[in-house]
Amino acid sequence: MMPDLGTYAVPVLSSYAVSLGLLIAVVAASIWKARRVRARLEEVETRRGRS
Amino acid sequence: MSSLWEYANPRKFMATSAFLLPWTAGIAALCLVTGLVWGFFFTPDDFRQGSTVKIIYVHVPAAIMAVNAWFMMLVTSIIWVIRRHHVSVLAAKAAAPVGVVFTVIALATGALWGQPMWGTWWEWDPRLTSFLILFLFYLGYMALWEAIENPDSAADLTSVLCLVGSVFAVISRYALLFWNQGLHQGATLSLDAEQNISNVYWYPLVITLAGFGFLFIALVLYRTRTEIRARRLKALIAQERMA
Repeated sequence: MMPDLGTYAVPVLSSYAVSLGLLIAVVAASIWKARRVRARLEEVETRRGRS
Repeated sequence: MSSLWEYANPRKFMATSAFLLPWTAGIAALCLVTGLVWGFFFTPDDFRQGSTVKIIYVHVPAAIMAVNAWFMMLVTSIIWVIRRHHVSVLAAKAAAPVGVVFTVIALATGALWGQPMWGTWWEWDPRLTSFLILFLFYLGYMALWEAIENPDSAADLTSVLCLVGSVFAVISRYALLFWNQGLHQGATLSLDAEQNISNVYWYPLVITLAGFGFLFIALVLYRTRTEIRARRLKALIAQERMA
C-alpha cells in the first residue's frame, strides 16, 4: 500500500507530517479558543441575568 | 434580493455561518482526504523529480491559500475602513492565524522540496523572499491586534498594515513575471494546456486545493463567530466595571 518513495522518503514524509500537524493544530486551537470564549460569555450573561 | 451588507449585522452573520459551517467543514474534509490520499498513494513519480513531486499536494495549495487569505483580509479591511462594519474587520482578524499557518506550511515544504531538487533549503530569489516578507507581515498584523487596547484603533491600524502588506502578496504571486529570475518555477496551474502540469497530477492537486479553500472558509467562519462573542464579552465586562 505504501508507495516506494526511494531516497526522497524523508523530505516527502516530513512535508506531509509538518502540513498535517499544523493544520490539525490550527483547527484544535480554534476549537479550544471558541469553547473558552463561549463558556466565559455564558458565565457573564448568566451573572447579569441574575442581578 | 437581500443585500450583502445584511451580513454585517452580527446576528445575521451568526445565523448564516451556523448554517454554512457544517457544509464547508464537511466539503473541506472530503476534498482533503480524497486529494491527499489520491496524490500520495495513487500518482506516479515524476521522471525528473522522483517521489518529491508528491510534495506538490501540500506545498502548492498552502502557498496559493496563503496569498488568497491575505487578499481576503485586504477586502474585509477595506470594507472596515470605508463602511465601519465590525464583522468585516473581525473576519480579517480571524483569518490571519489561518493564513500564517498556510504560509508556514508553504515555506517549510518548499525548503524540504528545495533541498533535494535545488541542493539548498533556501535561496534569496524574488518569489521566496517576498513570501518570507508576507509571513513577517502576518506576524506583524497579529502582534498589532494584541498590542492595542482599543479595538477600533487596532482595527484601523491593522487595516493600514494589511493594505501595505498586500504589495508583498502581489509580488510573491507574480514575482516571476516581474523579474523572470530565481530558482523557483512559474505558475503550477495554468489555463494554457501546454504550460499546465500533467492531468495525472492536476486532478488530485485541484481537489486538494479545493480542500484547502473550504478549510479556510470554514475556519474563518468559525473563528469570526468566536471573535464576535469575544467582542460582546469584552463589552459586557466593560459595562459591569462602569456600573
